[in-house]
Amino acid sequence: MAALQRLLAILYKEVLYLGRDRLTFGMIFGIPVMQIILFGYAINTDVRELRAAVADQAGTALSRQLLAELEASQVLRIDSRAASGDELQLMLDTGQIHVGVLIPPDFGRRLQQGERPAVQLLVDGSDPIILSTARTLTSMPFEFDTRARQERAPPLFEVRNFYNPERRSSVFVVPGLIGVILTMTMVMFTAVAVVREREGGNLELLINTPVSSLELMIGKILPYVLIGLIQVSLITGLGALLFHVPVNGSLGNVYLASLLFIASNLGLGLMISTLVGTQFQAIQLTFFFFLPSILLSGFMFPFDGMPLAARWIAEGLPLTHFVRLIRGIMLRGADLVELWPEVLALLGFFVLTMGAAVLRFHKRLD
Amino acid sequence: MSADSVIEARGLTRRFGDLVAVDRLDLEVPRGQVYGFLGPNGSGKSTTIRLLCGLLLPSEGSARVLGHEVPAEAEQLKRRIGYMTQRFSLYGDMRVSENLRFIARIYGLSGGRLRRRLDESMRQYRLDGLSRQFARDLSGGQRQRLALAAATLHEPELLLLDEPTSAVDPQTRRDFWDALFALVEGGTTILVSTHYMDEAERCHRLAILDQGVLVADGAPDELMSGIDCRVVAVESSKPRRVMQELSQDEWILSVTQLGNRQRVLVSRDVDGPVDRVRSTLERAGLDSVCREVEPSLEDVFVVVTRHSAAGRGEG
Repeated sequence: MAALQRLLAILYKEVLYLGRDRLTFGMIFGIPVMQIILFGYAINTDVRELRAAVADQAGTALSRQLLAELEASQVLRIDSRAASGDELQLMLDTGQIHVGVLIPPDFGRRLQQGERPAVQLLVDGSDPIILSTARTLTSMPFEFDTRARQERAPPLFEVRNFYNPERRSSVFVVPGLIGVILTMTMVMFTAVAVVREREGGNLELLINTPVSSLELMIGKILPYVLIGLIQVSLITGLGALLFHVPVNGSLGNVYLASLLFIASNLGLGLMISTLVGTQFQAIQLTFFFFLPSILLSGFMFPFDGMPLAARWIAEGLPLTHFVRLIRGIMLRGADLVELWPEVLALLGFFVLTMGAAVLRFHKRLD
Repeated sequence: MSADSVIEARGLTRRFGDLVAVDRLDLEVPRGQVYGFLGPNGSGKSTTIRLLCGLLLPSEGSARVLGHEVPAEAEQLKRRIGYMTQRFSLYGDMRVSENLRFIARIYGLSGGRLRRRLDESMRQYRLDGLSRQFARDLSGGQRQRLALAAATLHEPELLLLDEPTSAVDPQTRRDFWDALFALVEGGTTILVSTHYMDEAERCHRLAILDQGVLVADGAPDELMSGIDCRVVAVESSKPRRVMQELSQDEWILSVTQLGNRQRVLVSRDVDGPVDRVRSTLERAGLDSVCREVEPSLEDVFVVVTRHSAAGRGEG
C-alpha cells in the first residue's frame, strides 16, 4: 500500500507539473489537432488544375476547341499565353507553370494525317506526381470531326518530360531535403543555444558586460551559418555522388539561396529563444513549426493539390520558398534573379524574425 | 551627489505584480569601501543590486552609479563595474583559462594588457594550477575565486557581489574577504550582499534590508552602539522555561537561546533591565544569573526587523 501511495504521489506531482507548463499542455492538444487538419485537408495527392500556359501557333477554330476541352478536363488551369515553345520553356524554368501546351502551326494537318502526335505537352517532370497527372491527358478523347478516329492512331499528345527524364524520385527529393534538414537544425540550434545560456545563468553575466544585443546575436548565429553551409555541401555532394542528382544551375546560386534560407531560419530560432524559458520548450516550438513546414511546403506533396487556406499558410513558411528556389536552381537550371519573388519572401522573413528577436531581447532580466 | 559617493539612489522602488521587492530605497555608498547589504532571503538585496546595474527597470525612483544615470546610461556603466551573480554563471564546459580569456575579450582587453591581467588574476586568485580544469569540475571555493577573477579582470571601479559566499565553507569565506579588502586597498568600491552576520560586521558600512525596506544603515559599530535596546545575558538550568516565561512580557523584544544561555533584548525605556529580568524569573520560581552585555550586530538585526518578523509570523 505504501508503494501505491508513493506511486500516486509521483503521479500527482507529474500532473501538477504538466498543468503548469502551459506550452507542453498546449502541445498535447495542438499537435494532434494540427496533424489531423494538415493531413486531412491539406494533403492531397490527387492534383488538379496544374498551372499551365499555351502557345497556340495554329490559332484555328480546331485548336481553340482543343483548348476549351483541355480546360474542361480540369487537369490544367491555363492562365497565360506564350508565343513560342522557347517562351514556354522559360516559364517552366522559372517555375511559373508546370505544364506548357504547344500547338504547332500544322496542328490541323497533323490531326488529319495521324502520323505523329499533334500537340506537345512540355511538363515539369521534376515532381513525379505532376508528371503522372499530366500524363492522364494523353488518354483524353478528342473528337475533331465526324469521322471515327483511326485505329492504331498515335496519341494526341506527346509528353516531353523536362528536368527529370529518367523519372527518379531522388532527383526530386534531394534538393528539398536540403531545406528540410536546414529547417530542423538551424531553428533548433539557435533557439537552444540562447535558451541554454539563460537556463544556465550565463546570460545574466553576459548582459552585464559591455556586449551589445546585436553583437551577442550575430556572434551566436555566425557559427551556425557555417554549419548550415557545411550541411548544404554534404547533402548536395552526397546527392550527386550516390543518386546523381544534378546541379543544373550555378553552384554559387545554390549557396546563395541556402545562405538566405539559413539566415531566415536562424532569425526564427532567435525569435523562439526570446519567447520560451527552457530548452525543452524551445524544442517543442521548433517541432511545432517544423511539422507544417514539411507537409505544406511542397517538399512532400504538390503545392497545387492543396486547398487555398493551406497554400496561404504555406506562403508564410520559409521552406515553401526555399523548396521552389532550390528546385528551380538545381533541377531546372534557373537563376536566382529569375526567382526573385522567393528571394524577396525569404529576405522578408529574415528581417521580420531577426527584427522581432532583437526588439524582444533586452539586456535586462525583466 | 557628493563627490565621494559611488552610488546614490533616491526612492528606488521595484514591484513584481503585487509584491514590492524594493520599497522607496534611499542609498548612498561612499567610494573605496566595502558596503554591505544585510538581510534575510527575499529582503530585496538581489533586486536592489540588479536595479543598480540596470538589469531591472525601477518602477519608481532613480539611481546614479559612478555618475551614470541608471537605467538610462546602463550601457556606459557596464564597462566600469564588475558583477558577480549569486549563482555561478561562467561556462561549465569551458576551461578556467578559456573562461577568463573569454570574459577579458568581452570587456575589450587585448594584447599585452590581456596577457598581463590574465597572469595577475590567475596568481592573485590562486588559479594557476587550475587553468586546464573545466569550470564544472571546480569546488565551490574554486568557482568563487574564478568568478571573482572574472568580475575584476577589467579592473572595475565598482564591484557588485550578490551573496558571493552563500555556498562556501568558513575558511573559504575568510579568504574571499581578504581578497575583497585587497581590492578595496587598490581603490575599488565593493557592494556586497550577505545574510551572514560575521561578514556584515566586516563591512565599512552596512544597510539592513527587510522586505524591501531599508530599516537601518551605518557603520557596524555605530549600529551596535545606537541600538534601541539593552541586552541581558541569562544563564539558568532550565533554559526552555526561561524562554517561555520571558516571551510573554511586552517589554522584552526578543529572546534567543544559545546553549544554556539566553540573550534577552529589553526595550530601552525599561529602567534596570538586569534586575527586572531577574525578578521576573524569580517570581516564576526560576534561578538565574543575569548580566548586561554589549549588543552584537545580530541584536541590531533582530531589533530593526522585529516588526515585520512579527507580521510574517514564525519561520
